Amino acid sequence: MKVFNKLLILVLLLSAPLMVQANESGVHLDKAPIDLQNTASLQRGAILFASRCLACHSASYMRYNRLLDIGMTEKQIKKDLELPEDIKLGSTMQSVMDSNSAKLAFGVTPPDLSVIARSRSADWLYSYMRSFYVDAKSASGWNNTTFPNVAMPFPLADLQGSQALHLENVNGHELKKLVIETPGTLCADGNPSCAAAYDNTVADLVNYLVFMSDPSKLVRAKLGYIVIGFLLLMFGLVYALKKEVWKELH
Amino acid sequence: MMKLLNGLLGWVDARFPLVSSFKAHASEYYAPKNFNFWYFFGSLALVVLVIQITSGIFLTMNYKPDALFAFASVEYIMRDVHWGWLLRYVHSTGASMFFVVIYLHMFRGLIYGSYRKPRELLWIIGMIIYLALMGEAFMGYLLPWGQMSFWGAQVIVNLFSSVPIIGHDLAILIRGDFVVSDTTLNRFFALHVIAIPLILVLIVAAHLIALHEVGSNNPDGIEIKKHKDANGIPLDGIPFHPYYTVKDGLGVIAFLIIFCAIIFYAPDMGGYFLEDNNFIPANPMKTPEHISPVWYFTPYYAILRAVPPLFGSQFPGVVAMGIATMIFFFLPWLDRGKVKSIRYRGPIYKTFLTLFAISFVGLGWLGLMPSTPTYTVISRILSVVYFAFFLLMPWYTRIDKCKPEPDRVTSK
Amino acid sequence: MADEVNLSKRRLLTATTAGGVIAAAGVGAPFVLSLMPSERSKAAGAPVEVDVSNVKPGTMTNAEWQGKPVWVVHRTKEMLDLLSKHDDKLVDPNSSVGQQPEYCNNPNRSIKPEYLVVLGVCTHLGCSPTFRPEVGPDDLGKDWPGGWFCPCHGSRFDLAARVYKGVPAPTNLIIPPHKYVGEGRILIGDDSKEPA
Repeated sequence: MKVFNKLLILVLLLSAPLMVQANESGVHLDKAPIDLQNTASLQRGAILFASRCLACHSASYMRYNRLLDIGMTEKQIKKDLELPEDIKLGSTMQSVMDSNSAKLAFGVTPPDLSVIARSRSADWLYSYMRSFYVDAKSASGWNNTTFPNVAMPFPLADLQGSQALHLENVNGHELKKLVIETPGTLCADGNPSCAAAYDNTVADLVNYLVFMSDPSKLVRAKLGYIVIGFLLLMFGLVYALKKEVWKELH
Repeated sequence: MMKLLNGLLGWVDARFPLVSSFKAHASEYYAPKNFNFWYFFGSLALVVLVIQITSGIFLTMNYKPDALFAFASVEYIMRDVHWGWLLRYVHSTGASMFFVVIYLHMFRGLIYGSYRKPRELLWIIGMIIYLALMGEAFMGYLLPWGQMSFWGAQVIVNLFSSVPIIGHDLAILIRGDFVVSDTTLNRFFALHVIAIPLILVLIVAAHLIALHEVGSNNPDGIEIKKHKDANGIPLDGIPFHPYYTVKDGLGVIAFLIIFCAIIFYAPDMGGYFLEDNNFIPANPMKTPEHISPVWYFTPYYAILRAVPPLFGSQFPGVVAMGIATMIFFFLPWLDRGKVKSIRYRGPIYKTFLTLFAISFVGLGWLGLMPSTPTYTVISRILSVVYFAFFLLMPWYTRIDKCKPEPDRVTSK
Repeated sequence: MADEVNLSKRRLLTATTAGGVIAAAGVGAPFVLSLMPSERSKAAGAPVEVDVSNVKPGTMTNAEWQGKPVWVVHRTKEMLDLLSKHDDKLVDPNSSVGQQPEYCNNPNRSIKPEYLVVLGVCTHLGCSPTFRPEVGPDDLGKDWPGGWFCPCHGSRFDLAARVYKGVPAPTNLIIPPHKYVGEGRILIGDDSKEPA
């Protein structure tokens, strides 16, 4: 009984930090298929990020040469990301547009995206980039079910095409449903799985954003095994030594 | 070679009490032989203190305590400084693990009555360490200058403004400004990196000196000094070195395995050690939707929220929160039990202690949640339980049916 | 029996100590390495390009590379002619000490004779010497053929940045790696063969 009490208390104390936090906004989020080992996906994401996001957003803590970590060569970085001559590989990713004109254009300053995958979760980003729909009432002509009344116009509209919001009444509950109205370029050659192709494109982008938010993750994942393996070995050694030392007590 | 070393040792020893200090505090310091699992956390706390000071010094070399640059300098550490991410994650994980270790260490004191005579002062010094640590953690949390840093500090400092009459000016004095600002960041930095660590190191030393003066308690809660051999050595005592140095060493390695697993695979611990919102730079114009303190403060935060405002003032809640932290100081005099250890306590104490543990963890969880009417009711019940544990202690410890204590320590 | 116990304990103690040393090195390394130049410092130390077409003959321009001054001097025909006339007064007239890349190991210490690229840091204690191109000024003496004078401790260098005898600086000034990219443009800090 005594032991049980102690165990119960210990379990309670240790489990407190593990309890899952509730999703506050109540919006349903799709699970993002994140795989940081997939360098091809990360590279596609980086190229997409440079061509689609860097026009208005910066990633001012991220240096171009960090892309070496995901298997790109210096030449690839310069060529695939279409870096202007005067941008060095060691520079940070700065937006083409300066923040004042961006604020004039959109009403808000586009946030820096370096750590966006940490403040917003990967799932949120993955859902967000897939839930834009045409809304004549908004200033940009776009709205979003994950981020209602967002100021940003849909930057991947040519790929996904445009969606419309349909409200359906199921058993008295109002369901928001997004339906593709005009197909995007991914569907150009009559690709039947173009919706999946778009999901994959967004997955690449979010995968890259997750990498960019904490590039140490790649190093950590590898180094952790070695460090913990070494500690386990040391545990064995010191355990044997402790036994040996304590044996003398009796 | 050995001769040379011995010569050097002799030279030093003639000028500094090296050998005698080692004897007094390690090789001839006699600790009870029946320490169990709960006795690892003291040495672990010391290890975490060293980890925090070391990683902190190296972080300071690259951090900028300036509202314009603080957030960026943390990301600079995370990306541009070689191994900077490791330094930062060691420090941020260390902060949370410090509290895990300290809470378990304090709980050990509760279950084995380690605060009882003759260890009252030892307990009080320990409580001062705990309070200093809370201050240290609170000020350190402002430094990354994210949204949670900013609004956390804003809310906590505003608690002081609820103090009648002087409150408003007091809050301004603490911030050095009318809102949490660059000035506040700068002074919190000074306090976090030099003032409080210096105090911490000194009182930790005092804690150890006091411990070695009275000797360690043990899971049986009886004094090993009552039975000594002809040489004055406690019969149930064993030299701290090598027995407990090697045993604690084992504990340290086990701890480091958990510590490293967090650092390498889950440094933000699902948002509990590093909160998501803290990756948005501080913005005094926009409060995040839901703010909660870091997990180690949440039990007190829940108590604060549980107390209803009186005459439109938050002050009663602030007072309740203050008392909740301070009440531990009085434990040595609140406990009137005949025995110290839970092993020989009666069912009443065991029930109260279990309820207290549940209330502490429960309040901690509630402090993380947004407040709803149901949660508020639960918070109030648990707050009452929390205080009942202390305030009713003189009564229930006296009437509790204790088992007889053994004469000598039991090895189990 | 007792000996055996001691032996196994000693072995364990040795192994643990060895493990402890490895651990200390493993923990120490990241801390020490964190003191090395960061990615930002490295980015700031990236190669710099200098346009030398605007540097008038007989003058020099300043560039910053890795936070240090780099001088690019446009030497006139007269200046170049004077360079070979005072070899006996120099410590190392033939640049035998490796203070320059191989392609600058010539009397002029340069790729193209008229342009000298040199790190403006005195080899004595790191001050930045003053450019004194005029011949025979009053303060530096009648036989001064033009060069640099270090205000800190009086070291003297000629217009090929070679050090004079009898001054504190021990060696010639350092020629940083550099290359020509296009007409009149020099890239300092990069001498790789491939085009930039």
